[in-house]
Amino acid sequence: MAALARLQEKLQRLQEEYFLTYRAIDEERKTKYKAAVRIQRWFRACRVRAYLRHLSKMAILIQKWWRGYLRRKYFREIVERAYFIKKLEFYNEMAVRIQKMWRGYYVRKYIHNFSALKRYLEAVSLNNEFVRSELQEYAEMKENEEKMKDLEKKEEEEKYQARKMHYLLSTAQIPGIYNSPLRKSPDPMELLLRKSKPLTHRKQKMGSSLADELYCWPTCEKPPAFVTTLPLLPAPRQKPQGPFRDPGEVLRQRYKPLEPTLRVRESMNSPPAKAREATGREEWRSPIHDNKFLPFSSYHKNAEKYEPSICNSGKYGREAYGTKYFREVNPKKWIADKKVKLAVCAHQPQKQSYAKQLCPELYG
Amino acid sequence: MSLRLAYSAVSGRGCVKISVVCLLRPLLLDVIPSVRQTVALALGRLADHDVEMAEAVVKAGILPQLICLLPEENRYYKKTAAFVLRAIAKHSPQLAQAVVQCGALEMLVVCLEDFDPGVKEGASWTFGYIARHNAVHLRLVCLDTWSSPPCELSQAVVDAGAVPLLVLCIQEPEIALKRIAASTLSDISKHSPELAQTVVDAGAIAHLAQMITNPDAKLKRQVLSALSQIAKHSVDLAELVVEAEIFPVVLTCLKDSDEYVKKNGATLIREIAKHTPELSQFIVNSGGVAALIDCIGSCRGTVRLPGIMTLGYVAAHSENLSMAVIVSKGISPLSACLIEEHEDHIKAAAAWALGQIGRHTAEHARHVATANVLPTLLDIFVDTRSSEDLKMKTKKALKNILQKCTYLPALEPLLHDAPPNIMKHVIGQFSKVLPHDSKARRLFVTTGGLKKVQEIKAEPGSLLQEYINTINNCYPEEIVRYYSPGYSEILLERVENYQPVL
Repeated sequence: MAALARLQEKLQRLQEEYFLTYRAIDEERKTKYKAAVRIQRWFRACRVRAYLRHLSKMAILIQKWWRGYLRRKYFREIVERAYFIKKLEFYNEMAVRIQKMWRGYYVRKYIHNFSALKRYLEAVSLNNEFVRSELQEYAEMKENEEKMKDLEKKEEEEKYQARKMHYLLSTAQIPGIYNSPLRKSPDPMELLLRKSKPLTHRKQKMGSSLADELYCWPTCEKPPAFVTTLPLLPAPRQKPQGPFRDPGEVLRQRYKPLEPTLRVRESMNSPPAKAREATGREEWRSPIHDNKFLPFSSYHKNAEKYEPSICNSGKYGREAYGTKYFREVNPKKWIADKKVKLAVCAHQPQKQSYAKQLCPELYG
Repeated sequence: MSLRLAYSAVSGRGCVKISVVCLLRPLLLDVIPSVRQTVALALGRLADHDVEMAEAVVKAGILPQLICLLPEENRYYKKTAAFVLRAIAKHSPQLAQAVVQCGALEMLVVCLEDFDPGVKEGASWTFGYIARHNAVHLRLVCLDTWSSPPCELSQAVVDAGAVPLLVLCIQEPEIALKRIAASTLSDISKHSPELAQTVVDAGAIAHLAQMITNPDAKLKRQVLSALSQIAKHSVDLAELVVEAEIFPVVLTCLKDSDEYVKKNGATLIREIAKHTPELSQFIVNSGGVAALIDCIGSCRGTVRLPGIMTLGYVAAHSENLSMAVIVSKGISPLSACLIEEHEDHIKAAAAWALGQIGRHTAEHARHVATANVLPTLLDIFVDTRSSEDLKMKTKKALKNILQKCTYLPALEPLLHDAPPNIMKHVIGQFSKVLPHDSKARRLFVTTGGLKKVQEIKAEPGSLLQEYINTINNCYPEEIVRYYSPGYSEILLERVENYQPVL
């Protein structure tokens, strides 16, 4: 019981100690609690912050990767596009260069071909020179021809004069006009006289002036030289129709020298014409036949003479066939009774039978 | 007796009375052929002499009697009958119409079929005279007696079937017959394209083209004239003529000694060249231009005219052809022509041709200007004796050339004495060239051009004033003021008002 007493005393103290300790512990507990809460709070906050940080890091990471991926993808497109555009631009430039060269070439060659124009003008001037020289030659040739013609004409005249004045030639005894004894060599006229043949008298032309006027028509004074071959013309597009005679023949006929009848040639007052007149009058007075007067009787005389054709005339005059009847009265007149011997009669029946075989209906 | 009377009438003197015709009329039906021939000859001589006699012959109604039995007559009578008809028909269209109305055309065709060349010649000559007239005259002056509707005389000749026979006549060997047939074909084809086509269809072109090489000058004249009348109507006909291979043979005709052969040859080339550029090109390629230019240089007077017109036509088609004309030395004969010739129409043609050459580009205008042509043109334009037509053509030519001319040294002389309407173009050209060329500006000042420009008075707002302003703007202001008129007075005034600073 002592212990109990002591314990009781202690109890008080213990209570007080207990109280005090519990108060202290309680207070400590509160502060500890607060501290613990604080600590926990802080720690939790750290934890949460760390978590948030982690989260945000992750989010950033994801976003980073995603954005990188997107951009890279987009970048490829951009690069492609840029490359494409660059290529296009390059091609455009090259195309422009090609077009530029082509257009320049084309225009210079086909549209405004300056070099061809220059060459053409040079060619034209060359050709002109050539043509001019040719024409000059031609003109000179013509002039020469004319001169030659004039010279020849003069020569002809001189020769003709020499022939006419042949009597002026000098003889052995008497020197002629052109051969003076004082000269060393004879005059050229003298030489010409020696060479030329004397001229004979020309036949005088006969005929009245009126006949001349009618016959010597201004264009055909005398017929031109006889033409043997006609110049070759190109074949005409349309040949003139009809059978034409040989042109040589025609020309020969055309240019036969004129031989007018006596009646046309002579004048009205010449004796034969007057004589004819007289007999004509006599004939009027006493006609021999009583035909009606027909003008151009000589023409009708030729026309009226009838010559029967040989095939129509029979023994006793004209045959009636051809005029009275036209069909043969007895058609067998010209057919004889004799049989005709054929040289190749053997083949004939064979041919016929073969044909018969082929198409019996035709030959049946 | 009758023959004596006829013979006295044949000589053409004495009584020019209708009684003569009435006396001759019964003799036409005389039995003796020589009487008929003499009477016909007498009638022909009478009608040939005088229009009144021809009308008297027609009025007496002799023509039907003359030609009624023509096919049976001999060739002398046919010749004489053709002579009578020709003598009547040549005077006037009414008489030709009368000849046609009495049925002469069929008889003449019968004459054309005859073998004698003299007869053919007479007949084709008559056809030529008939076809020369045309229906237009008939409508203007109609006598009461001719009551039938007017018909084309050339068409009547063609309808009678004369053209193929004429083409056959051309092939005959006689020169005179060829000449007459060619001139008749030329007269027929000149009126209208249809008639020309008829002549072409008869195959005339080949034979005509063959005859160009013939040495006879008169024949060549007619042949060339016929071809040019055919070619002038349309492009197709001209091409047909060209296809007959006349080039380059035609160029030898341009060198012929006969003036009219040259003229007709140049006419033919002109009628071909004027249709299309291709034909002109062909002519240039065959050297025709050179031959023409030589021809122009060697001739004088109207003979030159077709050649000048050809050059104008060729140059008018395109600038290449124009350059070809320039290269063939075409400008100098044309300018010589302008100066030498007295006739106005030739000068007008030359001016027109020069205008056609120079109007294409600056190059062409420069060539024309360097040949010293512009002052000549200006002189002609200003000259009071020139006709209206000449002035108009010169003005047009000047205008065309000036609008393209950038060769300033040639424009200088024009500045000084040109009338205002020309001056406008000259100043215009200056105003186009000066802003771009400094050397030209310097030259312009030193030759006194700027001074002249300042002296020109122009209405403000007009084109001339604008040009003058453009020129003034090319120069610094002092120079413009220096050259403006009255500047010396202004300076002297300034001297007077100046107070000297001591």
